[in-house]
Amino acid sequence: MQTTEILVIGGGPAGLSAALEAASLGADVTVLDSDLKLGGQLIKQTHKFFGSKAEYAGTRGFEIANFLFDEIEKYKTLGKLKVFTNTTATGYYKEDGVVSYMVGEEKYGRIKPQKLVFATGAQERLIPFVNNDMPGVYGAGAIQTLMNVYGIVPGEKVLMIGAGNIGLIVSYQLMQAGIKIAGIVEAMPKIGGYWVHAAKIRRLGVPIYLQHTIKEALGNNVVEGAVIQEVNNCFQPVGDPMEVECDTICLAVGLTPTCELLWSAGCEMKFVPQLCGYVARRDPMMRTSHPDIWVAGDAAGIEEASAAMVEGRIAGLSAVASLNHVSQETFYDRSAEYHQRLENLRAGEVGEKIRSGLSCVCCKQWG
Amino acid sequence: MDKLFNSGVLTAERIETVIPPRDLWKTKKNGLVIIECPQRIPCNPCYESCPTGAILPFEDINDTPVVDYTKCIGCGRCVAKCPGLACFVADLTWGAENEALMKLPYEMLPKPEPGDEVVCLDRIGSEVSQGKVINITEPWEDSTMVVHVVVPKDRVMDIRNIKVVKNNAR
Repeated sequence: MQTTEILVIGGGPAGLSAALEAASLGADVTVLDSDLKLGGQLIKQTHKFFGSKAEYAGTRGFEIANFLFDEIEKYKTLGKLKVFTNTTATGYYKEDGVVSYMVGEEKYGRIKPQKLVFATGAQERLIPFVNNDMPGVYGAGAIQTLMNVYGIVPGEKVLMIGAGNIGLIVSYQLMQAGIKIAGIVEAMPKIGGYWVHAAKIRRLGVPIYLQHTIKEALGNNVVEGAVIQEVNNCFQPVGDPMEVECDTICLAVGLTPTCELLWSAGCEMKFVPQLCGYVARRDPMMRTSHPDIWVAGDAAGIEEASAAMVEGRIAGLSAVASLNHVSQETFYDRSAEYHQRLENLRAGEVGEKIRSGLSCVCCKQWG
Repeated sequence: MDKLFNSGVLTAERIETVIPPRDLWKTKKNGLVIIECPQRIPCNPCYESCPTGAILPFEDINDTPVVDYTKCIGCGRCVAKCPGLACFVADLTWGAENEALMKLPYEMLPKPEPGDEVVCLDRIGSEVSQGKVINITEPWEDSTMVVHVVVPKDRVMDIRNIKVVKNNAR
């Protein structure tokens, strides 16, 4: 059976950062990613990132992925890092600590790591409305994949559901690809994403319908329009339903952490609405209740990629430290720096939800 | 009014707070920056990109930018760097009495060219006036353009975008 000191499951911003941190400290690291290409959602992000210089602020997401890939290559060449794409971790067996995986759809394998970082990301949510299974209704992630990975536009006129950062950014990207946005529908009385992202789209003439929801997708076999309606503060429909012309409906109504492996590993889990679902309880170093398992990125609670990268660094650092590969000085220096960066990223208005969510799942130290 | 602001449109009393000091602005060659960034978010590339220190250091990365207008040279580097495209430059000294030059961020297609007549849009994308493009720069060579466009001077606090209309004959 294959072995590795540190196994990172998920090659998105959090997983790659964890792997790089661990490899930089001399550990022997393996990364599994279910996608054909590494990078997770980063490779689909054509907008410039926020944050500070340390998180590559002002750089487009896919270019940040390229920086990470360059570093990954470096450690691969040194023989410290192995990467398996198109490889899905399918199970964790707590009896012997073995991870099973599937390459493509035919080949299976097993690997026994000493330490594990789960950076499995998130899944998209759906909302119920009439005909939400009709061709032409997409998740925002699917649209980004089609457009920004494969160069295919999904339609000609898109109705966006959700004005969080994903809904706002994907609307902007669609417009850059020459697609019309019929409007953005948001149930809350306020956009959920960054105000400046909304301002960019507003000045392109796109309406944002606050306190509105989608009732129905119209059409015979494919989407030919949608019905939206205003809602009150209790999300009950008020006023007259309104028809919107569109051939595509894009759902950007939130994500939920991917945590099946954490459940099967027996990690203590908790439902935290502010972090968008069930997440593992963890200490400040992202270590779960299972002493050999760390968590990072969206799998630990839905947040921005900039924070995911820092969390990955912390998890990677702590996992290697548990193998006694790190001097105390390096550990404390890096740990202090990363925690300071996270605190800065979360200090603002938008970070409030994250802060309150984390206060529900973070423990100072595992007893 | 709040609902409009909550959908991403800067409104009356907030617009007042982002206008550069008028006396300095009237005579400042190359113009001064207008930053429309009202929400505390973790972001500071405007400060990092400013070559003169006109955008003051951030105590907390979530602070909204504060400008020392005496140091601003209207170079537009922040215009191209800001991930939120929230920085704009207006040069009131440019051209005829009723004209001003705006330097606006632009990431759409088609790309404008010097000499193009474009439509100037406000914060909700409504048409404000015609404008004439005189220059396009790409300060960071990262696909974010800064379009230099001549606009009516009395509309510099309204115009925030352009629409490029290409006719197929070209």
